Amino acid sequence: MLLISCPWCGAREETEFAYGGDATLKRPDPARADDAQWYGYVYLRANPKGPHDELWYHAAGCRRWLRVTRDTASHAILDTAPVDTSRGKPDSP
Amino acid sequence: MKYSIVSLARNALSGHAGWSAAWRSPEPRPAYDVVIVGGGGHGLATAYYLAKEHGITNVAVLEKGWLGGGNTGRNTTIIRSNYLLEPNAHFYEFSVKLWEGLSAELNYNVMFSQRGVLNLAHTPAEIEAFQRRGNAMRLNGIDAVLMSRDEIARAVPLLDCSDRARYPIVGGLLQPRGGTARHDAVAWGYARAADARGVDIIENCEVTGIRREGGYVLGVETTRGPIAAKKIGICVAGHSGVLAAMAGLRLPIESHVLQAMVSEPLKPVLDTVVTSGAIHFYVSQSDKGELVMGGDLDGFNSYAQRGGLRIVEHVVEACLMLFPSFSRLRLLRTWGGIMDMTMDGSPIIAKLPLEGLFLNGGWCYGGFKATPGSGWVFAHTIAHDQPHPLNADFTLERFAEGRLIDDKGAGATPWAQ
Repeated sequence: MLLISCPWCGAREETEFAYGGDATLKRPDPARADDAQWYGYVYLRANPKGPHDELWYHAAGCRRWLRVTRDTASHAILDTAPVDTSRGKPDSP
Repeated sequence: MKYSIVSLARNALSGHAGWSAAWRSPEPRPAYDVVIVGGGGHGLATAYYLAKEHGITNVAVLEKGWLGGGNTGRNTTIIRSNYLLEPNAHFYEFSVKLWEGLSAELNYNVMFSQRGVLNLAHTPAEIEAFQRRGNAMRLNGIDAVLMSRDEIARAVPLLDCSDRARYPIVGGLLQPRGGTARHDAVAWGYARAADARGVDIIENCEVTGIRREGGYVLGVETTRGPIAAKKIGICVAGHSGVLAAMAGLRLPIESHVLQAMVSEPLKPVLDTVVTSGAIHFYVSQSDKGELVMGGDLDGFNSYAQRGGLRIVEHVVEACLMLFPSFSRLRLLRTWGGIMDMTMDGSPIIAKLPLEGLFLNGGWCYGGFKATPGSGWVFAHTIAHDQPHPLNADFTLERFAEGRLIDDKGAGATPWAQ
């Protein structure tokens, strides 16, 4: 079970959160992007064994998005940070 | 040595001191025609069919640990071909047919038991989906039987089919030819049969790099030195992303942890495989008597081979909803395995965009049942440099081309597949 430090609420159990996937993805500009860029954004992942930047949503808490750096080989949480959601949900397919 | 009643009797009379090792443990040679990375069921089956079907015997299988110590030894051994979409239906049915002759083929008892796989429906909508899938299966030549609640209650007496159940059962879809097999025996049987045809099986040999030049592969770097190869087949599902990164490739795959668990052993109580997609649960009883159970992914990227207790709790709750009489059983052990979760829920068995490099991965939850078919079509793909019609749709390019094979229709969120 993960214990995730929410920047607003403090350390909370994993069950309060919903996973949002890879946080390094950048949504292409719909006016300019070609098929290859969309393919990369929607489907391709670095999928690292080690530190992974990922999005979590504090669904049963403050209902804000956070960016978590977590080691996928050990499950150790290395860092958590707020995500700027002033323009809506962060980029994630 | 051929295993038979005669060899058993002869060795019994000599105190069982005369059995030879089931496979050699050779030192790696400097070069091979084909190197298979990963000594699980899929890698060993690929090597076996390369030798048997295509006469390619200058083959090494490189395994970082011991044979079958990864996902081959961690799965819950269920075999079925109850798929809706044609590419999956034809491929998995081909695999089930290979399972039906596998013990004789390998001269090794893989304990394949066609005890049936029963999917439970808890709502009328699920029944309709099962009718559709069952009809699709029968049109594709696969056995499927739609069962009423009363028929299920007679077939699986311990199942709570009453109206009092938290999620009452309204019917189900049975594939009678589905079942289970002994997972270790599958790895050992293929290893022994491949070794007998000249394949080198090299354990404790981890691949640490893929050597390439100008769009071609040259070989692999390993913890036991470099090994040259004309062709390399990757069979490391769970870690496909790690191997692809060695070749400078990204894949439409995320690695996730899936847990499973067994109860203490008990006398025979359950003679079929029971699953419920609605409450995220499946169970069968092993030949040792343990109830083998599992549920859903933990739901975040992981290579850790262990998960959280919340999933164990969920699986046990679901088990007791369906089988209240199991409430006093103790859980013997739990574990986790790492799944290659693709973006459409179907595998990738294909050439990669690097000449000489092939991928067999992306098995999501369902790799074990595919073992014979996967090895067979992957050997064909490697030998002929092009896929067999059975795996022609399981390409890497299908994602870019919009030809997804999404039996579940979950979209590009692997943790929801």
